Amino acid sequence: MEPFTIHTGVVAALDRANVDTDQIIPKQFLKRIERTGFGEFLFFDWRFLPDGSPNPAFELNAPELAGASILLARRNFGCGSSREHAPWALGDYGFRVVIAPTFADIFYSNCFQNGILPIRLDEADVDELFRRSSPGPLRLTVDLTSQTVSDENGFSRSFEVDAFRRKSLLEGLDSIGLTLQHAGAIDAWEQAHGVPQS
Amino acid sequence: MHVIGPEMGLTQPGMTIVCGDSHTATHGALGALAFGIGTSEVEHVLATQTLRQSKPKSLELRVEGELAPGVTAKDLVLFLIGKISTEGGTGSVIEYTGPCIRRLSMEQRMTVCNMSIEAGARAGMIAPDATTFDYLRGRDFAPQDFDAAVARWEQLASDSGCHYDRTEIFNGADVVPQVTWGTNPAQVVGVDAAVPDPASLTTAADRDSAARALDYMGLEGGQKLVDIPLDRVFIGSCTNSRIEDLREAARVVRGHRVASSVSAMVVPGSGRVKRQAEAEGLDQVFRDAGFDWREAGCSMCLGMNPDTLSVGERCASTSNRNFEGRQGKGGRTHLVSPSMAAAAAITGHFTDIRGWNFND
Repeated sequence: MEPFTIHTGVVAALDRANVDTDQIIPKQFLKRIERTGFGEFLFFDWRFLPDGSPNPAFELNAPELAGASILLARRNFGCGSSREHAPWALGDYGFRVVIAPTFADIFYSNCFQNGILPIRLDEADVDELFRRSSPGPLRLTVDLTSQTVSDENGFSRSFEVDAFRRKSLLEGLDSIGLTLQHAGAIDAWEQAHGVPQS
Repeated sequence: MHVIGPEMGLTQPGMTIVCGDSHTATHGALGALAFGIGTSEVEHVLATQTLRQSKPKSLELRVEGELAPGVTAKDLVLFLIGKISTEGGTGSVIEYTGPCIRRLSMEQRMTVCNMSIEAGARAGMIAPDATTFDYLRGRDFAPQDFDAAVARWEQLASDSGCHYDRTEIFNGADVVPQVTWGTNPAQVVGVDAAVPDPASLTTAADRDSAARALDYMGLEGGQKLVDIPLDRVFIGSCTNSRIEDLREAARVVRGHRVASSVSAMVVPGSGRVKRQAEAEGLDQVFRDAGFDWREAGCSMCLGMNPDTLSVGERCASTSNRNFEGRQGKGGRTHLVSPSMAAAAAITGHFTDIRGWNFND
């Protein structure tokens, strides 16, 4: 997994709460066996008109947001289905960071598995970033080492992230490899608890 | 999976169960810690038999009293989600407690735990008790030394007076049959009420969200639920497709006919449920009334096969999500209990099941 240390990018502001994973990636696209190629279907029903052309009213289709790599959203982002295709689609489209006041738990975990950094900021700070994103484009620097988010105009906030997840992202670590370092302890526990050994 | 696991006795109290689907929470009804995970974590579990977890917070939802006639476990969980919101449970595991919960059958408990995720909680649990043990006894994968297993399982319940990070208390008697009006499960009201007027909601975010939802759903504030006509009815999904759900719906349907304006189907939750329903003659009750009787599957809960809504079609569904496009692009989903869905199929609009004319 590609390490994440410090990232600067353009912010795409999606001013909606409770964005569920059915919106992020609708179910008809969940039939691939690769993790790649989902970016073209991100927010499909919002991005495209029925005839398949880009919907000019959808925020992320604004020309100045091409290449945006930081998504700014409202409360409870990523709620609903556990589909990991949601962070796959976001990542494939080009997002490396999602900032919101709150995230749904499963989506939050799934982001870390895919090199996407989900950042929880206070509602007031998120409001401020929405204000600063218009007129755009807003550029933010996200520094995982110092755990800060800042812009070029004096905004700077720190964010919290679980120490283990932070280290895994900073070093691009493979979580299965890390866990298997404890294989002895896992086997011992299973034997002690009567779990049949194959 | 969430029908088959419990019915085969694969799901047992005290287990940790994960699966690549958010409704894995269903298995918490048997006192397991069960939650949904993504594909990478599935890979991790297959490779290591473990997952690294931080301890979640505990949210006790205590339900006193009992449910009134015609009010079901589905109405109860919709009511709870309406009260605590789609992120009320985020960061927590819910434990459902109280006499109203104790009175629920295992299948009813599964309906409640199933929708914990819609309140933001990864998992929802109900402590195992005699109801649980009686349910598991004799099932395919139930432990051979069942009494020894029960003795272990009886140790699992939360200690009385234990600390929960948060407790909310409700009374089952306050629950009336529910219908969602919006595009998330918390946008719900009693069938005897009206669609809310967005202007009446407290925060700007809620007003915007409600206005957007009403626009998508083709509804207006103030519209009475019982005046809303339907195109489709779907009885199925891991929330409500077990034998008790089918019996409940069949009882409503018996001797009536599906309205000519409605296309209705019943999808049993597993092959076993389907065979049992057929042995009880329920399939014939549904067919005689004009329902399609289908093979088991997820079907129109999420519209991944051809069972989908067309743009603008309005559906009374016993499933668990009414997000935009969930059942088909432009489809309008209303979540209800099996008996409410059955009644709506007959009358062609939402109907308060408490006044229903049963042909028992």
